[in-house]
Amino acid sequence: MNSPAFFLRAFLGLFLRDLRVLTRELIPFVLRVGMQPLLFLFVFTFILPRMSRANPLAAGGGADFGTIILPGLMAVAIMFSGIAAVALPLSSEFGITREIDDRVMCPLPLWAVALEKVCFSAMQSIIAALLVIPMAYYVPAAPVQADVHNWFLFALVLVLSSLLAGSLGLVIGSTVSPKHIGLVFSIIVVPITFLGCVYYPWAWLDKIPWLQVGVLFNPIVYMSEGLRASVTPGITHMPWWAILIALVFFTAALARFGLRGFLRRVLS
Amino acid sequence: MTRLIVEIENLTKIYESKLRVVAVDGIDLDLKQGEIFGLLGPNGAGKTTTISIATTRTLPTSGTVRIAGIDVVEHPAHARRLIGVVPQFNTLDRSLTVFENLYYHCRYFGFSHRQAKSRSLELLDQFLLSERNGMYPAQLSGGLAQRVQIARAIAHRPTVLFLDEPSAGLDPQSRMAMWEAVEGLHKEGITVLLTTHYMEEADSLSDRVAIIDYGRVLALGSPQKLKSTFGADTIFDLKLRSQQGLEPVISALKARPDVTSAEAHADGLRVIAASSDGLLPDLVQTVAGFGLRDLAITEPSLETVFIKLTGRDLRE
Repeated sequence: MNSPAFFLRAFLGLFLRDLRVLTRELIPFVLRVGMQPLLFLFVFTFILPRMSRANPLAAGGGADFGTIILPGLMAVAIMFSGIAAVALPLSSEFGITREIDDRVMCPLPLWAVALEKVCFSAMQSIIAALLVIPMAYYVPAAPVQADVHNWFLFALVLVLSSLLAGSLGLVIGSTVSPKHIGLVFSIIVVPITFLGCVYYPWAWLDKIPWLQVGVLFNPIVYMSEGLRASVTPGITHMPWWAILIALVFFTAALARFGLRGFLRRVLS
Repeated sequence: MTRLIVEIENLTKIYESKLRVVAVDGIDLDLKQGEIFGLLGPNGAGKTTTISIATTRTLPTSGTVRIAGIDVVEHPAHARRLIGVVPQFNTLDRSLTVFENLYYHCRYFGFSHRQAKSRSLELLDQFLLSERNGMYPAQLSGGLAQRVQIARAIAHRPTVLFLDEPSAGLDPQSRMAMWEAVEGLHKEGITVLLTTHYMEEADSLSDRVAIIDYGRVLALGSPQKLKSTFGADTIFDLKLRSQQGLEPVISALKARPDVTSAEAHADGLRVIAASSDGLLPDLVQTVAGFGLRDLAITEPSLETVFIKLTGRDLRE
């Protein structure tokens, strides 16, 4: 058998293995990716609008808040599931069990072993993001106005964002020890999520110019804005070409950096 | 001429960090098809590093390793198709059952669903694991896990099997079972390279042995040949209460034709001699005045060969 076909089958084997492990934990997976957006929608778009007179936060939320945060919540779902699917298992496989040696002995170039991890996590991220849509339809008090008319852009943004999240997971998983992974969540993942233009469009930061420029270094911004441009185009968003360039750039940079860390860990 | 399956040429590995460590220092080895080859040496001798390079997990500083003609540095993915590895530690997939560990391993190596399933069932049967096919690695004892690892390593029918300290941490019964498994594979014609610091293991399993220390090959040959070339000697370790005035005794011993060497040790005297006939009573008598506490006699073995070559015990 020639090499590319053989590599493809090995890659498929790894993917099937991950799929088997995932199906065994399907309910925990759905709970893990669904709980956060569900609660968020419930509190901010269901409870708060019903207490508008007493609660000043409700005014901030407002009737359209569901429409504004739907893309943001999808971005958060992509982000968290991408990191959970790559960084957490990788960090423990590199750790004391050295299980990674099992995967590394596959008849595949090492970069392809890492790529499989990223691709599989991207698949999980896509499922996680799509799960948010029905929630956003049924939970909020006021109906969400999602309007996907450019399906190509939507698919492109979804896939690129998911690959970006998986690449970030690869960076974290291959550079951070299991002991410090919780800390990384608190000091990197949570801040970039909160400041990732999840709860508001980027354009609305114009009154705080230093922040508006500062968050441009945050890849989550482009995930949120890209989903905003494709899912709720009625809300102000960055131009689509800028979003795509940034997504491609961050995915490539993180994948490269993550791959370097991966190779350093498996090859001495 | 027998085909060479593993060719290791002038292999070196130097770890450059705060401390410069020369783990492998110019090793040359050739493995013939179908033989069991033992790498014997103390911990830190360079055995595991050599195996890691040959199995594509470590890059050499210089030198080459070829598996059935394939250079492992230039074509690692291709080389991995030809090798099976049983690493020193349990690297079974903790998220999969015993059966799935074998099944997905086969899938990684290009087997179809049907082929992978039948091969896995065959291996479970061969390694007496059928009853445990649904268990997870965490539920297995060390011996059973090792058996699954061996089954997994040969599942894709590799040309050469690498076993890194296969009996480390195993109870004697599991060790015997593992030896039997390796001998079974040998009969099937698989070439095996194993590392060990148990000389009994190297002695009873290997067709040929290389004794290595400080990253170099000190001796190479069949266990029988090594013993007759280097170690036709018996080692007497005498533990003494006092070592004062021992020098004349040592000189007298050295003067004997049957004594190869005699030297003082931290807690006594070590005498290496060609034969024990007549020497033992003399020895006991000679050192009587020094308070003989204990006497250990090591018959000619790979261990005595090793001690003779390096001046240290394998387990030191």
